[in-house]
Amino acid sequence: MTDIQAWTLVFVVITFAIYIYVAWASRVSDTKGFYVAGGGIPAPANGAAIAADWMSAASFISMAGIIALAGNGYAGSVYLMGWTGGYVLLALLLAPYLRKFGKYTVPDFVGDRYSETARLIAVVCAIVVSFVYVAGQMSGVGVVFSRFLGVDTTWGVIIGMAIVFCYAVLGGMKGITWTQVTQYSVLIIAYLIPAVAVSQKLTGIPLPQIGFGQILEELNALQADLGFASYTEAFTSQNMLNMILITAALMFGTAGLPHVIVRFYTAKNVRAARYSALWALFFIALLYTTAPAVASFAKYNILGDVNGVALADQPNWFNQWADVGLVTGPAAEDGTLPPVSDLNGNGVLDFTGAGSDVANEVVINNDILVLASPEIGGLPAPIVGLVAAGGLAAALSTASGLLLVISSSAANDLYHKRINPKANEKQQLLVARIAMAAAILIAGWLGINPPGFVAQVVALAFGLAASSFFPILVLGIFWKRCTAAGAAAGMTAGIVTTMAYMIWTIDIYGNSEGIWGIHETGFGTIGMLINFAVTIIVSLMTKPPSEAMQHLVEDVRYPGRTELVARHAAGEEIE
Amino acid sequence: MDEQARREYWRSNLRLMAVLLTIWALVSFGAGIIFVDALNNIEIAGFPLGFWFAQQGSIITFVILIAVYVWRMDKLDKRYGIDEYEEEVHHS
Repeated sequence: MTDIQAWTLVFVVITFAIYIYVAWASRVSDTKGFYVAGGGIPAPANGAAIAADWMSAASFISMAGIIALAGNGYAGSVYLMGWTGGYVLLALLLAPYLRKFGKYTVPDFVGDRYSETARLIAVVCAIVVSFVYVAGQMSGVGVVFSRFLGVDTTWGVIIGMAIVFCYAVLGGMKGITWTQVTQYSVLIIAYLIPAVAVSQKLTGIPLPQIGFGQILEELNALQADLGFASYTEAFTSQNMLNMILITAALMFGTAGLPHVIVRFYTAKNVRAARYSALWALFFIALLYTTAPAVASFAKYNILGDVNGVALADQPNWFNQWADVGLVTGPAAEDGTLPPVSDLNGNGVLDFTGAGSDVANEVVINNDILVLASPEIGGLPAPIVGLVAAGGLAAALSTASGLLLVISSSAANDLYHKRINPKANEKQQLLVARIAMAAAILIAGWLGINPPGFVAQVVALAFGLAASSFFPILVLGIFWKRCTAAGAAAGMTAGIVTTMAYMIWTIDIYGNSEGIWGIHETGFGTIGMLINFAVTIIVSLMTKPPSEAMQHLVEDVRYPGRTELVARHAAGEEIE
Repeated sequence: MDEQARREYWRSNLRLMAVLLTIWALVSFGAGIIFVDALNNIEIAGFPLGFWFAQQGSIITFVILIAVYVWRMDKLDKRYGIDEYEEEVHHS
């Protein structure tokens, strides 16, 4: 066992012991605690939990790598702006009103505000979106374990499943919320420490957000020498239309995601829901403003360390990731990635861009950048172990939040609302726990056998959330005249067009250029506009909602006690 | 709250939202994407300005926008006397 593996083991064991203790200490015995933590979570803690829930393996492990390598600097901004900008929409347009409405889940709101048909469509969307995410998280867990502990990926996933099972099934939302607060602390410390250290080392400024300005000019020059497009220049790898559409799809997708929205019900009241959104974005911004700095530092170091150095003299991190097949040579004709080799026989490796006269010999996987950056920056082994623990915290916190959405959709929206309305507390809780256990098994299986198209399906999940949920949630609050028929038609139209475009642009049909070159990740924005148009037109053509419903919608707009909302909350039928 | 007060409260809320969402769009889609090339001609502390807005400035602005929103809504709630209620989480 190497030093790094030993330190990783130490950090992982300590942090997991804390998570499980926290889950056990805050275990629950009723549905209210299970779904929404009894509504008693203070806003800063709720914000930290939302941040941990939201920032998945993708944010922690992949994002900086995508910015540095795949997006070449500027184009990666779609993730930075898209995934944070959505919180402004959430805070202003949705969170306070959905909290006032006072139901557990997005399908619950849709069912009560519109109709049972609309609820069913929403349940299906929520479950699909959540499963897609959870599969990605589980395979992320497998990757981290296999690299740092030297176990098989399958075993990595199984260990992760066992741990999620313990704290999610025992603790429900209350346990998950407090565990996620702990996980946020671990992941942000793990992200910031190496970033600060590398910034100090490279620029003499310990604040990475400011430090990375010092190297941009040099990085641009370095990139130009090697034939890469400029790091800071706009529209080198993505045109303006796609930049706008993808950013918007991620923003509106964020604001429509069921597992984020459900967190605002754990706030004490409307005011606390607003504050939760503020704290959540603040905590997220700490990582999201650091990620582009990490990206530029790592790119700068890699360009300096790897290019023009013989294979035998490559740094330690390079060899270790090459051993597990995440640093490779350029793709062969059949798409496989061969080991790194000196293809042109000039004695050194050439890490170059498309504009260079020397062909590139090195391909670095986006996902290793953050995990490798402490090593790339020459930081000691304990810090590397800490980053691994942070990556696991990010993946597991999101996985448990998503599993909760799946189990509450199954137990509350399907079982209690549709199959057995007379179910008592105990039965509901049992069904929720069984659904959770089943979901973990399926998620684990998906993590071990990830479908080949995970990246594409994740993009589809955002498009789905944006094109199905966002318009009907916003119109449901801000437009009293919005009808059940309108919402059902709008949701269906949005999802169907978005899915159709995704399938149509898959390479095998030869339409990968799409319409006007619109990237499939950005099509969710178009699907959302279609949803808005259809919902509005059909609503205007159908009979307005009942007087009582219109009053209820109006009541939702004011904090404090209002008669109709209170009656609705007590379970009275509002018709 | 009577009908008149409710309408005024809601209108103040909508006005605040409109202002904040305009800034939201101008900073992200405007400074970060549409006008990025023009802004990149200006350099501050090593950052081309358009690039800075896309990777730092927009995120910082988003946090400030929500902070202004919660602060103004607190004031609005207080003015209309609806800041002292504690709501329960509802069972379905």
